[in-house]
Amino acid sequence: MRTILSTALTDLCARPDFVFLTGDLGFMALEPVREAAGARFINAGVAEQNMVTVAAGLARGGLRPWVYSIAPFLYARPFEQIRNDVCLHGLPVALVGNGGGYAYGVMGATHHALEDYGALTALAHLTAYVPAFAEDVGAAVARISAGSGPAYLRLGRDEKPKTLALPPYAPWRRVLAGGGPTMVIVGPLAGGIIDALMTRPEATRPAVWVVTELPIVETAPPEAFLADLRRSAHLYVIEEHVAQGGAGQMLAYALAKRGLAPPRFTHRCAQGYPSARYGSQKFHRKESGLDPESIVASLAGMAADPRGSAA
Amino acid sequence: MSESVKEIVRKAGLRLLQMHYESRVGHIGGNLSCLDLLVTLHHRVLGPDDRFVLSKGHAAGALYATLWSRGLLSDADLATFHQDDTKLAGHPPVEGIPGLLFATGSLGHGLGLAAGLALAKRLKGEPGRVFCLMSDGEWNEGSCWEALTFAAHQRLGGLTILVDLNGLQGFGTTTEVADLDSLADKLRGFHIDVHEIDGHDPAAIERALAAGAADRERPTAIVARTVKGHGVSFMEHRMEWHYLPLSAEQYQNAVAELSKR
Repeated sequence: MRTILSTALTDLCARPDFVFLTGDLGFMALEPVREAAGARFINAGVAEQNMVTVAAGLARGGLRPWVYSIAPFLYARPFEQIRNDVCLHGLPVALVGNGGGYAYGVMGATHHALEDYGALTALAHLTAYVPAFAEDVGAAVARISAGSGPAYLRLGRDEKPKTLALPPYAPWRRVLAGGGPTMVIVGPLAGGIIDALMTRPEATRPAVWVVTELPIVETAPPEAFLADLRRSAHLYVIEEHVAQGGAGQMLAYALAKRGLAPPRFTHRCAQGYPSARYGSQKFHRKESGLDPESIVASLAGMAADPRGSAA
Repeated sequence: MSESVKEIVRKAGLRLLQMHYESRVGHIGGNLSCLDLLVTLHHRVLGPDDRFVLSKGHAAGALYATLWSRGLLSDADLATFHQDDTKLAGHPPVEGIPGLLFATGSLGHGLGLAAGLALAKRLKGEPGRVFCLMSDGEWNEGSCWEALTFAAHQRLGGLTILVDLNGLQGFGTTTEVADLDSLADKLRGFHIDVHEIDGHDPAAIERALAAGAADRERPTAIVARTVKGHGVSFMEHRMEWHYLPLSAEQYQNAVAELSKR
């Protein structure tokens, strides 16, 4: 997704208000942006707090800053700068974090971003974009550019489903029809799960929705989603983020407020480091039950047990 | 000849005391220490193209009194200071104060904000300078050094940093808590233009601010030696005036002292 981002941003360089800051990262990906942006490409050094604050100053000065680092370094270290300098003032600063969730795998826990959009969407005015597929990145960049407030773009690896024809970008998309639970997936892990579900009978497999924009406000779920939920009476949310502040909690809250809470709710999310061992993104997903095999197995269990799984 | 800066500082100081007395709030010491800097900057230097960031947000009262002295805030505005339903919060708010671009109050943010404003001006080819008033205790924050590194490296000549060097911070002197003496020498180590002055001498402040305009290649830092609680003998150099409100008797005594200056 990072290469697609680089292309999308290179296209934006022509805008007179474009300016790009990186926290000394982007080697072998952002060179085209550096070439195209010239003096408006700024390596702010290994100093994320200052980078975000400077971006707020640039935005106040009439520019549209894009601020890049890897996701874990972008939301946690400079959290107060994002809160006070950017979000409190509603400034159009775009924070781009590469490697959401467990994407940096065996690099270790310091390099994972498991609480990023939960923490950031608690802040005023901010919208988080979590592309599920590489094709979503350009749309997200366009929507951020057209917006007037702060944004967070969480990037990951492209894991596009092998056989699915993707519908055009929308914050909520039903990507797979099914007569089973109403499934909501946030992030690139959707690809592998969709592939695994494609081979299942449509009558019993989940109806899969991909959500790419957060927070989920009460009015966000579209009518077609609510219809799926009424039919299935079972909401199943999957995300590479901890439960606290995650999309599962956001959606459950939004539905409860509207009196639409389904009788059954399954939430698969990041569990941290249950074995205290480290490995690839795939390894960590499996430990959290976020891998396609675990998801499929959980559905089989639910079919056998009419009460469903609380997992 | 227009009214002297010294006379404006005296009037603004009295108005500041009244604000703090009526609203029964502290922070008066660090407001009095930077009043000469604020008044000189706002009355003698700041033009329509210039920008100002109050990094030491706890000096909001001094800034409000300074804006009042320029006719940008009214007596009615100041009467609401620190009260319910006011726009004059204890630290600068997000909007509604003339010339104020940022809510501040958590230390260590202002210099980076000012650097961003200065960089935006350079990238857009806009005229004007950017000024940032900081405290001395604030330099405990690592983000200040990140911002200074950035501003020096980017050669932001349009940026001028004013440091209110009153020597007292939250729970001790700056020497006792985290000794950075001499701060001016440390700033010089970043190859910026550094001036050390008496922060209660308006002529010296004005000269240093003018010198800052001349260097378009490097940021300027004006390290202004000041006295916390300046002008009120029982407040001077005393830490409690970072916190305490004034009693009626203390207020009368403070007014009597400032009136004579």
